[in-house]
Amino acid sequence: MVKTLQKTDVVLVGVGWTGGILAAELTKKGYKVVGLERGKERKTEDFLMGHDELRYAQRFEMMQDLSKETITFRNNEKMRALPMRQYGSFLLGDGLGGSGSHWNGMTFRFLPYDFQIKTLTEERYGKNKIPQNMTIQDWGITYDELEPYFDKFEMMAGISGEENPLGGPRSNPYPTKPMLAPLPAKMFIESSKNLGLNPIMIPSANLSESYTNPDGISRAACQYCGFCEKFGCEYGAKADPVVTVIPVARQTGNLEVRTHSNVVEILHEGNKATGVRYIDTQTGEEFIQPADVVAITSYVLNNTRLLLTSKMGKPYDPKTRTGVIGKNYAYQNEGGNTAGFFDDKEFNLFAGTGALGACIDDFNGDNFDHTSLNFIHGANIAMSLTGNRPIANNSVRPGTPSWGKEFKAESLKYANRNLYIYAQGGSMPYAHHFLDLDPTYKDQFGNPLLRITFDWEEQDRKMNEFMGGQTSKIMKEMGATDLVTYSERGTYDIVPYQSTHNTGGVIMGDNPETSALNSYLQMWDFENVFVPGASAFPHNSGYNPTGTVGALSYRAAEGIDKYLKNGGSLV
Amino acid sequence: MSEQEKKEPILDKRSSRRTFIKNSGLTVGGIVLGGALGSLLGKDSTTETHVHSEATASNANVALMYFTPNQYRITEAAAERIFPADDNGPGAKELLVAYYIDHQLASGWGTGAKEYTTGPFFPAESTQGFQSSLNRQQIFEIGLNAFENHSLKTYEKSFTELSEDEQIAILTDFSEGKVELKGMTSTYFFNLFRSTTIEGVYADPLYGGNKDMEGWKMKNFPGHQMSYVDIIEKEEFVKLEPMALNSQHNH
Ligand SMILES: Cc1cc2nc3c(=O)[nH]c(=O)nc-3n(C[C@H](O)[C@H](O)[C@H](O)COP(=O)(O)OP(=O)(O)OC[C@H]3O[C@@H](n4cnc5c(N)ncnc54)[C@H](O)[C@@H]3O)c2cc1C
Ligand code: SF4
Repeated sequence: MVKTLQKTDVVLVGVGWTGGILAAELTKKGYKVVGLERGKERKTEDFLMGHDELRYAQRFEMMQDLSKETITFRNNEKMRALPMRQYGSFLLGDGLGGSGSHWNGMTFRFLPYDFQIKTLTEERYGKNKIPQNMTIQDWGITYDELEPYFDKFEMMAGISGEENPLGGPRSNPYPTKPMLAPLPAKMFIESSKNLGLNPIMIPSANLSESYTNPDGISRAACQYCGFCEKFGCEYGAKADPVVTVIPVARQTGNLEVRTHSNVVEILHEGNKATGVRYIDTQTGEEFIQPADVVAITSYVLNNTRLLLTSKMGKPYDPKTRTGVIGKNYAYQNEGGNTAGFFDDKEFNLFAGTGALGACIDDFNGDNFDHTSLNFIHGANIAMSLTGNRPIANNSVRPGTPSWGKEFKAESLKYANRNLYIYAQGGSMPYAHHFLDLDPTYKDQFGNPLLRITFDWEEQDRKMNEFMGGQTSKIMKEMGATDLVTYSERGTYDIVPYQSTHNTGGVIMGDNPETSALNSYLQMWDFENVFVPGASAFPHNSGYNPTGTVGALSYRAAEGIDKYLKNGGSLV
Repeated sequence: MSEQEKKEPILDKRSSRRTFIKNSGLTVGGIVLGGALGSLLGKDSTTETHVHSEATASNANVALMYFTPNQYRITEAAAERIFPADDNGPGAKELLVAYYIDHQLASGWGTGAKEYTTGPFFPAESTQGFQSSLNRQQIFEIGLNAFENHSLKTYEKSFTELSEDEQIAILTDFSEGKVELKGMTSTYFFNLFRSTTIEGVYADPLYGGNKDMEGWKMKNFPGHQMSYVDIIEKEEFVKLEPMALNSQHNH
């Protein structure tokens, strides 16, 4: 029997970065918030004995249990989608803090160009520059409007960085100085300067120095321990919802977090949601949590899935190109990377942090002329030093066998003598890339899995070729003895890990016909439902998403406050 | 010492072998031993068996959770070809990688506990990833059998009795997809076997491989350290004594 609980002001579906930010901002204002999180509680001390590559990085200790829920995938509509049975291309967060507990912490702001991509591309290059089936659109908000929220997120997290001459204007400098630069980062910086480029240290949520944020939360400096991404931080140095926003919300006495609570349905009547239905995964008991506002904060994929299974908003139809839920799924076009091997140097590559390194934006967004190029947008080109752990890092020069005597000797020789420059490219949406419900495969509760239809396009291939030229130039300048550039782009393959930067599905915009959310991340069709996350991105930029996700979450929190005060549609 | 016994560290001491024989209730006369006991003892039951080291002898982890002794022997021999002993240091055998693999197969990873194993199962495009109903225990059972059968077919010898070059030739056939396997390609099994071997070389010794952190030492990897703040900006290479996770526990 379903038990109906007492009504709350706001219910959160998932307590990761987006849920955590909403929890802090709304409880501070006095609202009662219930956070429903399907995974377990987490604390900093859980990671005291956590430098275990096998457990965390190879066996995905902190990720969602795929036996209970996964996605299905196909490259195009002619294929039968099949379940992602094991982890590969991307990882899914689970437990208090979500992926915010085991992220790297590279914290960028999307470029002013991103938010007005359609208008600005057409202005500079003409309408024909955008291929017929590429469905880019403006975001319904400008960089300048979003700037104060970027600032809020960076102040809360204590981002360590330096001014980017090619980024959008900032109201404040980064709250903490850039991370310490290891030798390879210094070499990258010097070499790209020699080439006339504009290098900076990667903006990092790993904390270069101890820091107290505006909420009064103090955190220690990063120890460069080398067990960061896919791991929790035993020092609380890495900005993680568990050590930043969640304690602030808890301190108010207005947040109740219920772990092991899996939301299976958003309940609604007319143009309003009434609450959510969830299952206690430990006992199987079912509950209804009524609320004035429902915030869907369950990461891109479940944000989309929950709206589709709850029959909210108009599902996207790729044939007619109408409808919005599931539209504009995009990813991260990481390609055109160069590996360099240094016979005369041995670096301390075992040391590092999730967001340590240097990068350039000279070939990102519209920072360079695309007139004679067959693609739009670009990539942040970076060299990161995340700590080369030994199971995952066995780089050998091309032509070396992958096992046996020669492999052993070469992989040992180059263990601390190989560097990697990668181009993290923007990913444009296409009419035939989308999310919908799988007709065959179900989750642990019998609900349909989300189906991803996605592939690389000519745009991606051309971008990779171009970026390969840039990354190899820098690597040569750095003095690599041998180098190899990977610019080939076949079909999208879900097996190798690429990045957990899925975007789209519940996108924002200025028109209910072409978007699901307004600029407060409020649903056009359901005024008390807010959906913050990278699911709101109409396309993905050449950056990691969370800086922009964080900014949008602060904006959504403001929207919820306005809505609870005045009601109605905010735009 | 016979070739067979060199590859047979299961019974590390003569005493344990004697006890086993006594307890099993079988007599070991001059008569040909059949079945399990015969293969366990090898050809010459009176010679000394190989003892890894003092540490191994007292290492309670050096025992089997999942493999049959025969599966263990094949795994140990094949893993040594993937990551052989050389001038740099020990190979997979001495690093106890086969025990690592055994222990992993006995865990939830062996049965795919955290993977989506619900049907239906359909043939897949390569971009869609693993789509078989087999779990890793079953994959290893099929794959190790196939190492053995392919050896018998090609050389009329057991995989563990082949020369190094012959073992390499067998593994190469697998890696190139030349051997027919039930439910998967031989390349799939080879790649899984290879990556699991590499894990056993470099995972924290708590998992049973990477004996005495020798895998890390060869690679100049310091394992688990609390902080690198003092060395992160150093331009010269800093060599550190590695530490394993057990350094955090008091016994
Ligand atoms: C290994 C890794 C490295 C990363 N590195 C970076 C980086 O360097 N820079 C960057 O910008 N981004 C990075 N990211 C991405 C970043 O972690 C995400 O953008 C961010 O966490 C998204 O916040 P979110 O709230 O949308 O999702 P999450 O933080 O994942 O939170 C979602 C939460 O919802 C819960 N949930 C899901 N479904 C339900 C349900 N039905 N009921 C109840 N709860 C549910 C989940 O368990 C989870 O806790 C990385 C991600 C990974 C996996
Ligand atoms: S590298 Fe720094 S931020 Fe990352 S886990 Fe280690 S101490 Fe924490």
